[in-house]
Amino acid sequence: MADETSEQGPVTTLATPIRLDFEFTPGIAQSKFLRGLERGEFLGQRCGTCGKVYVPSRGTCPTDGVLTTEDVLLGNSGTVTTFCVVNVPFAGQSIEIPYICAQILLDGANLSFMGLIQEIPTDQIRMGMRVEAVWVDESELIPSLASVRYFRPNGEPDADYETYKEYL
Amino acid sequence: MADSEVLHAEHRLEYPYSRSTGPIIGAFLTGLRDGRFLGATGTDGKIIVPPTEYDPLTGDDVGELVEVGPGGVIESWAWVSQPLRKHPLQTPFAWALIRLDGADTALLHAVAAPGPDALATGARVTAKFRDADERIGSMADLEAFVLEGGAS
Amino acid sequence: MSAAGRTVRPVSIASFAQSRSVRRDNERNEAEGLHPVIAEVFGNIGITKDDVDFICSGSTDYLIGGPFSFVMALDAIGVWPPRSESHVEMDGAWAMYEAWVLLQEGEIDAALVYSFGRSSLGDLNEILTLQLDPYYEAPLWPDIVSLSALQARALIDSGKATEADFAAIASRSRRDALGNPNAQVAKDVPVEVLLEDDYVVAPLRRHTLPPITDGAAAIVLAAGDKATQWSERPVWITGFDHRMETHSLGARDLTSSPSVTKAAEVAGVADGKIDIAELHTPFAHQEVIVKEALGLDDSVVINPSGGPLAANPLMSAGLIRIGEAASRIRAGQADRAVAHATSGPCLQQNLVCVLEGA
Repeated sequence: MADETSEQGPVTTLATPIRLDFEFTPGIAQSKFLRGLERGEFLGQRCGTCGKVYVPSRGTCPTDGVLTTEDVLLGNSGTVTTFCVVNVPFAGQSIEIPYICAQILLDGANLSFMGLIQEIPTDQIRMGMRVEAVWVDESELIPSLASVRYFRPNGEPDADYETYKEYL
Repeated sequence: MADSEVLHAEHRLEYPYSRSTGPIIGAFLTGLRDGRFLGATGTDGKIIVPPTEYDPLTGDDVGELVEVGPGGVIESWAWVSQPLRKHPLQTPFAWALIRLDGADTALLHAVAAPGPDALATGARVTAKFRDADERIGSMADLEAFVLEGGAS
Repeated sequence: MSAAGRTVRPVSIASFAQSRSVRRDNERNEAEGLHPVIAEVFGNIGITKDDVDFICSGSTDYLIGGPFSFVMALDAIGVWPPRSESHVEMDGAWAMYEAWVLLQEGEIDAALVYSFGRSSLGDLNEILTLQLDPYYEAPLWPDIVSLSALQARALIDSGKATEADFAAIASRSRRDALGNPNAQVAKDVPVEVLLEDDYVVAPLRRHTLPPITDGAAAIVLAAGDKATQWSERPVWITGFDHRMETHSLGARDLTSSPSVTKAAEVAGVADGKIDIAELHTPFAHQEVIVKEALGLDDSVVINPSGGPLAANPLMSAGLIRIGEAASRIRAGQADRAVAHATSGPCLQQNLVCVLEGA
């Protein structure tokens, strides 16, 4: 078989590019969270059964399976529960390495989310550090986490381990 | 919450994918690049086109590859009056299952024809390959099939 | 004859719920949309998530364009404490089969099966093309309507059916759907009017195609004591099997369905009289093929719910056939029923479920 082919040699691969277009819908609860970001606010939802506050909320409590309907406005301060320092370059990277990626537990929330930490040397970040959100200018607010430029230390003493150990 | 407050966004999912062909599919695609069709010998001498690595009914390894076509018979067809954006032809055409001469199974491809009245199950078609320098080893190396003895 | 599809341990369908099938449900996310269906399927029989031992779902990432999309749907149920859970990238009918196997083995006594899918989010024609052979078929991007049309043409050529037969199936289905509050397309249009429809891909006219539907469904299965505690009139699964044909379209006889016939044989369809059949035949001509393959005669009422021509929520339409058949047995409208589900182009994979009232 292969002997009868042209000088190019046998075909051994086939390019099969795929492109599909979708409409993405974050849903009702997540839209509320994104609209909150557009106003410069962190909005969560409380579960009526277990009382936990999720931010962002996806509309139901993942432990109880009930719809979360109570909106909760959270402040700008929180605690770093864990972090990593990114040193590895990768395609599409938009932040200069090294940079700190952290899980931030906002005061009053029972769910942490990922954020960028700035205004601190990368060797000084630590668990329990108290941080505050730095937002973009009001005119630049959009329904996206891009409205939050980053989190920075707020000068408060580190949070006690007991206060965030459940969120690791 | 008012409908206008719920957000929507466009999301494009795109992957480049490059698939390894193996020796059987690779041989068939190499054949297309060379402007010919190959079929695989299955159980009881059945000629499978396009070739699979194993007989689809018995699971036996296939044997020798043999040349089939380039003409064949339409086993079924369907007329597309409004081609979709990714269809192989962008003017009205027919999909067809074509049993190439020498084959025992049918190949799926497009048939270029002036209209649905020109098509019929049992009609003979022949392959219209692209120019040699445009062929890369894929089903797209075929521009389409055309009715034998008729206009396309 | 294999006994694999016959029930060893009696398993019942204890509860069934489905969402109203709609063209577009693009305000809620998956968990928000599924939640009321889960609440209803539990609420029907007064149980909670803690009463089921296993959860299995059917859905596909391809409809939403994101990976592990079924994981976020679990938020609608609440999976704490940690649950035994599984998922199939198939119609929920296959998720139900997996749960049934575990119930047969005696490992569990109750299971929640659910399915969901929003066809409105993407281009369904392009998405379904990705289920085809990636080397020979998919690169040409033949859409599901075109492929189904090839099957319909072959059926007409074989002499087994005519376009008028397809129109009659479509007319009857959507007329019967007038009695189904969950159906999306319900109307009474006579055959002569339907035959004036334009061809979408000849020989398929618009009325022979299923609607594009967003929807979800759920079923609770129960065995042992739970089966009799949760239902006054249990609906028992007496046979359950699924079979698959070859991937190559050109290597199949598209006018018959050996996989349906085999699954029907293993599940014991012919063991007794069938009163109703809910068939997952999204294209009208496919009902001719599946009816013949199941060995059903004209005394059988087919798709009293309206079937997939009235509502076709991808990933749920097969599970809903089982649920609709079970509902009618529970309501005393039938004693024995067969439900069918399909997957892949042109009836490539098929599942058959036989149900009987107590």
